[in-house]
Amino acid sequence: MTELKLERDSFGRLVFTDDAGNRHSGIVPARAFPISAPDYGVTLLSASGQELRWLEQIEDLPEHTRQLLLEELTQREFMPVIRRIIKLNSYAMPSTWEVETEQGNCALVLKSEDDIRRLSGHGLLIADSNGINYLIRDKLALDRESQRILDRFL
Amino acid sequence: MTHAPSLAQSGSSIPEAWRDAIAAIAEKGETVLAWMEIDLDDRLNFVPGIILLTSHGLRAKSRHHEAWQTFEYRRGLELQRSDYSGVGRLTLTDTAGRQGYWQYTLANNNAAMRLAGSFEKQLAAFLGESLPPREEEALCPVCHTPLVTKDAECPACQRETAAPTSTWILFRLWRFARPYRGQLIIGFVLTLISTAATLVPPYLTMPLMDDVLIPYQNGKAIDQTLVMWLLLGLLLSALVAWGLGWARTYLLALVSERIGADLRTTTYEHLLKLSLEYFGGKRTGDLMARIGSETDRICVFLSLHLLDFATDVLLLLMTAIILFSINPWLALATLLPLPFIAWLIHRVRDKLRTGFEKIDRVWSEVTNVLADTIPGIRVVKAFAQEQREAERFREANRHNLAVNDKLNAVWGMFSPTVSLLTEIGLLIVWAFGIWLVAHDQITTGVLVSFLAYISRFYSRLDAMSRIVSVTQKAAAGAKRIFDILDHVSSVPEPANPVHLPNLQGRIEFINAGFRYGNRTVTRNLSLNIQAGEMIGLVGHSGSGKSTLVNLICRFYDVTEGSIRVDGIDIRNLPVAEYRSHIGLVLQEPFLFFGTIADNIAYGKPSATRAEIIAAARAAHAHEFILRLPHGYDSLVGERGQSLSGGERQRISIARALLINPRILILDEATSSVDSTTEKEIQLALDNLVSGRTTIAIAHRLSTLRRANRLVVLDRGEVVEVGQHDDLMARQGHYYALYQAQARHAEMLAEETGERDD
Repeated sequence: MTELKLERDSFGRLVFTDDAGNRHSGIVPARAFPISAPDYGVTLLSASGQELRWLEQIEDLPEHTRQLLLEELTQREFMPVIRRIIKLNSYAMPSTWEVETEQGNCALVLKSEDDIRRLSGHGLLIADSNGINYLIRDKLALDRESQRILDRFL
Repeated sequence: MTHAPSLAQSGSSIPEAWRDAIAAIAEKGETVLAWMEIDLDDRLNFVPGIILLTSHGLRAKSRHHEAWQTFEYRRGLELQRSDYSGVGRLTLTDTAGRQGYWQYTLANNNAAMRLAGSFEKQLAAFLGESLPPREEEALCPVCHTPLVTKDAECPACQRETAAPTSTWILFRLWRFARPYRGQLIIGFVLTLISTAATLVPPYLTMPLMDDVLIPYQNGKAIDQTLVMWLLLGLLLSALVAWGLGWARTYLLALVSERIGADLRTTTYEHLLKLSLEYFGGKRTGDLMARIGSETDRICVFLSLHLLDFATDVLLLLMTAIILFSINPWLALATLLPLPFIAWLIHRVRDKLRTGFEKIDRVWSEVTNVLADTIPGIRVVKAFAQEQREAERFREANRHNLAVNDKLNAVWGMFSPTVSLLTEIGLLIVWAFGIWLVAHDQITTGVLVSFLAYISRFYSRLDAMSRIVSVTQKAAAGAKRIFDILDHVSSVPEPANPVHLPNLQGRIEFINAGFRYGNRTVTRNLSLNIQAGEMIGLVGHSGSGKSTLVNLICRFYDVTEGSIRVDGIDIRNLPVAEYRSHIGLVLQEPFLFFGTIADNIAYGKPSATRAEIIAAARAAHAHEFILRLPHGYDSLVGERGQSLSGGERQRISIARALLINPRILILDEATSSVDSTTEKEIQLALDNLVSGRTTIAIAHRLSTLRRANRLVVLDRGEVVEVGQHDDLMARQGHYYALYQAQARHAEMLAEETGERDD
């Protein structure tokens, strides 16, 4: 595999130069399995949505390129991780939850119990009314009060 | 230099937290023209911030920084908005590169769009290209959506209101019980009398014991008339209790059945009014379980358990009064265990309620597996996955068992504890009673009647403890029903509806955008469709054609911008009235079980036979219908006569023709049939289209030959608009699509040609 030519331009966009020497600016990296296997498979999409390069592993990339990719991926994959459920206004839907996340405190509106998705293990993914996904890595690792609240929805 | 809109208007709604910081700027003569709050910082942490558009330029500040980031107006600046995965982003660039960017969750998206729009206008004004337009449009103070009039309520914000439900959810059923007040009161009176009647026999044991049996043991003869009277009293009270008990049970069961039926129909009616978005997010099995079994459970609760409970409470109260009137001390001893039992019930209540809710949820999980698998049985069998589906079902059942087991452990301990307390209570009465008899405080008859009373008393208390679980079950059911009833349609009826009796059919999209969850399906869509014009929507699958149609039908509401018909936002029109102007012909026409005539008249049940036939003729369906043995009375639909795709399609065209809509939507109306049938349908469609605003989606570009304009969509955006020849000349998206199809057609022709050789 030839080396991945990736840089960031002054507009903050990622520029990828393919093997033929064509420059693609504004490319978008995307993980293939962001939830079940985040480390497997990252693809580079052109601004118009075509796949430019498939990377099965990004571990092997040079440090600089890898950092660029990871930076861009973090920006795209906004998934606050819930640490604690502070309180909620009602057990009926729609219900507003005040939560403490690794990214700071915020409020989310849960529209339906079906928006809580079980992940393998004890993980949960909660989609709020604005389409933001909140992750609970391990529901058993939450404090008792949070677990008690969650339990009502599962 | 420029005339800015007044600060008072836009400044008054700026949140308290930012006022000081903004006041500091205003002192230096800078006016705030627009603003938005942001809630994320550049590393996507939740940090509040604000962006201001002032007379001098753009300013931004986060809660964590004292200083403002300032960008004065200058040539080349550009503010762009984008979003992905629930996060919106504003990026400020100039010719050299990116100057700054700010991020927010999509709740603030409308404000961001307004801000970006205003920025463009202000910058143009600053550069002297045009005067800044005065902000004449009324805006919603919360989300900045344009409003029809200044004090109209915002169509976009309405949907967010979420009223929390109280724990006393069963009392909300009163709404359904109210029409039956009269019967309920009669039922209550009957209950009162029949309960009182059941309390007579133990009372009569007192004279039986003290005046008849004990004197006899002491050597006195039995007073036969007294015995006769007492026994007659026992018989009479039993008869009265029997008759009245029958009457009230019948009456109250009658009422509760009606309440249950009302509850069911109301829920179903409400469900039908909810938007497609709701149905998209719910599974059929779950909804069916809620409307079917939950309402039934509530009904059983009302007619059986609640009635019994009310009787028991009355019994308790009356017994307590009688006991106290006979002997207050012994009564006190008898009632002593009651608080313990009440406490016990209270302790278990919470655990049981959440448990039953959980069981319900797990139960719908089990039905959901069935609802998933049975309709897809062909796929399951074709891929030989029976084993795996069975495993899934077993897994759901295992989950069900686990939850049940946990609950049963608590529940199992509950009843024996109540029995134990009952026995202890009786023991106390015996001990205290014997002591009182020994001290000549009471007679043996009093003690016996006390024991007769309290053995009833406690046996009812035991039954009453069961009310806890059934009440919890019913409350859990009621909660799930009210979850539906409380769900505000995301396509709400307007509070101040505007009526449009004579719809012209002019449709405008103004910066319309739609998000499904966090996926932006369409964005920034602006399009003007004249009344009577035919528009062909063209694009790859997934380019947002069907979404556009769903938005026009108001199956969903736009998340940004607006759609106007005849100049009025469709969110201000009454939903049903608006939809009555729309005719819809889908790719897979759905026929309900019923006659062909019923199906054609579906949108207008009052249609005459002549109208139905006229519509069928115009849809080129008349002839084939008459060829059927029962003509227009032939049964169609799931359990009826099977019709071909083309025939069904022509019936659905007739259905659309009959309501004579001003706006007509053809969603791939001809793509599921072969080309000969397509020609017939096309003829039918030509009749339908004439004189109506028509929006047609077609995969085969050739079917759009009559369209006045073609609109080419790509990934949710309009990329080209024009007539066939123009678009071909432009050699853009449309050209590429057309070429691809032509090549495909050629290839097919060649293949068949080769085969013929």
